[in-house]
Amino acid sequence: MKYKSQRVAYWFFALSMLLLSLQIIYGFIMGFAHMGYDGLHSIIPFNTARAVHTNLLVVWLLSGFMGAAYYIIPEESENELVSVKLAYIQLISLAAVGVTAIVGYHFNYWEGRKFLEIPRPLDWLVVLNVLTFLGIILATLYKGKKRTTTALVLTMGLVFAALLYLPGMIWFDNQTMDSFFRWWVVHLWVEGVWELIMGGILAFLLIKITGVDREVIEKWLYVIVGLTFISGILGTGHHYYYIGVGKIWLIVGGIFSALEPLAFLAMALFAVAMYRKGEKKHPNKMALNWTLGTSIVSFVGAGLLGLAHTLPQVNMYTHGTLVTAMHGHLAFWGAYGMIVFSIISYTMPNLTGRKFFDSTTGQLAFWLSNIGMLGMTTAFGVAGVAQVYLERKVGIEFGEVQTEIQVHFLILVLCATMFTSGIALFIYEFIKYGRPTEEALAPSPMKANVISPVI
Amino acid sequence: MLSKSQAKIFFLGGTVVTFAIFLALSWTSLSHEVPKRTHEENLSQQVIKGKVLWEKNNCMGCHTIMGEGAYYAPELTKVYDRRGEGFINAVLTSKIPWQPRGRQMVAYGFSKEDAANLTAFFKWIGETDLNGFPAKPDLKK
Ligand code: HEM
Ligand code: HEM
Ligand SMILES: [Fe+2]
Repeated sequence: MKYKSQRVAYWFFALSMLLLSLQIIYGFIMGFAHMGYDGLHSIIPFNTARAVHTNLLVVWLLSGFMGAAYYIIPEESENELVSVKLAYIQLISLAAVGVTAIVGYHFNYWEGRKFLEIPRPLDWLVVLNVLTFLGIILATLYKGKKRTTTALVLTMGLVFAALLYLPGMIWFDNQTMDSFFRWWVVHLWVEGVWELIMGGILAFLLIKITGVDREVIEKWLYVIVGLTFISGILGTGHHYYYIGVGKIWLIVGGIFSALEPLAFLAMALFAVAMYRKGEKKHPNKMALNWTLGTSIVSFVGAGLLGLAHTLPQVNMYTHGTLVTAMHGHLAFWGAYGMIVFSIISYTMPNLTGRKFFDSTTGQLAFWLSNIGMLGMTTAFGVAGVAQVYLERKVGIEFGEVQTEIQVHFLILVLCATMFTSGIALFIYEFIKYGRPTEEALAPSPMKANVISPVI
Repeated sequence: MLSKSQAKIFFLGGTVVTFAIFLALSWTSLSHEVPKRTHEENLSQQVIKGKVLWEKNNCMGCHTIMGEGAYYAPELTKVYDRRGEGFINAVLTSKIPWQPRGRQMVAYGFSKEDAANLTAFFKWIGETDLNGFPAKPDLKK
């Protein structure tokens, strides 16, 4: 690292890994419940497990994004963070709000609106927290020497994400209106502004890892985020097919959401092309794996598996079934889970000064988690297609179909175990790296490479 | 070849144009279509109380409504038609977990009044025009 304040990132990454571990535990609880073993029902009923699982997901990803921003913005703007102390306060308050919400879910303190279960009073604390974060980032950028496209795209993603949280806080008496604006948060996040965050981090990593000229990388970054918004904003319509709004969304949503995979395809082609073009000299092979991995897996999970059920004719039958869960898992993992893993893999050697660039443990972590997640996706997919056929086409009753597809959840849990062992190895490496150190402060990143035993 | 500034214009221009269309479409949907399709005149205090209960208990954490929610328990948009008032009341007021085929629901033990509010909510939502969702099972013999 070049700037002392960048080390704040480490603690956001640590929080991120902690919350991910908890998320997985609740995933298993639901996996077993689907299999017919809901032994924890009286303490952690399914709806509690689910709210905890998905909210922890969002918080660990946000914590990862914030860590990424605290690392990237100083380096891109050539300026220390304006206040390290405030950044730590923001970290602690993020953890506090997150934990309060999660604990509350065990005591019926929530609002049952999928993904937005955080009760409104706590929402205000979230807003305060995010404003603090944005304040630090924007002030650092403003006072910095440079404002690069990479930094601007990343920051724009973060600012828009904060703004889009607000429509989700409005109360509506009408369920249709409620749902309509809930998608402004959920959809416009994952298929809009979060892609800017992902694109910004990806561009930063490619500049560092491949050594390709910044101008070239940033030009394509604009093209990618352009494709994202042009398809993704009107693509919101794919959630408006069947919730009580007009037929126009069947057409608009169908066409534009079918274009959304282009942005992910562009990201994959871009990452691979830059890698080919680059020097291939950077020693951090793990960071490279995750960076190329995220661009490819996000295309499969978000792009292809999203496309699979985005046309209204298909969605009529798959809407709100396990097919959705299949797509949700690989999309979130490939795009946002893996980009957080990429930035962690890239920054850890720089933050701590220890260079485990290409360990067997690291390789195993990568392959086990990815193959495990692909297996989970397949299990959800098979269960989902069977459900759609039996329940929605043949008309067999819900419960009967669920009993019929229980066996796929055995496979899900087995694959989830493989996934979890990959994550455990990744976290093991993370801990092995230790804390950030003063020695890691290199005047230039090249110096760190010269003394590295790897080259 | 495309230059960086052209790429930037593509991004900014595309965003502004699509966002403007999105806002216009949203406006017409919400102001003209939703009130009719959802029969806003039927949105009684009882229905609204039902919605509050729906959220307060995170029913969406197991069920779907209008296809949104979780995949652990049945779709409820048409439950009023499918099961009728008596059945729904029995499930909601039950003090022991309702468990068809072993899969348990939380035993809410709602009061008669709360159960009636939720039932009103289901009745209202069952009447909204959802462009044909849920589809009729077309292979059913
Ligand atoms: C990284 C990007 C993406 C993530 C993280 C993601 C995640 C999700 C999640 C979690 C849901 C369930 C939402 C809910 O029911 O509340 C969902 C639904 C959906 N997604 Fe995505 N998605 C992404 C990209 C895409 C893309 C690019 C497409 C289309 C090409 C797509 C198509 C859909 C459709 C059609 C649904 C609705 C499913 C239903 O009717 O039940 N998604 N997505
Ligand atoms: C490793 C263990 C995991 C298991 C066993 C697991 C299992 C599950 C189950 C059973 C559901 C509920 C489906 C339902 O409503 O019936 C669920 C929901 C969800 N999980 Fe996981 N999960 C795991 C890890 C993950 C990870 C790592 C991610 C993200 C990267 C993730 C993202 C999600 C999302 C987005 C949903 C909501 C999906 C939707 O509503 O369509 N899960 N998970
Ligand atoms: Fe979407």
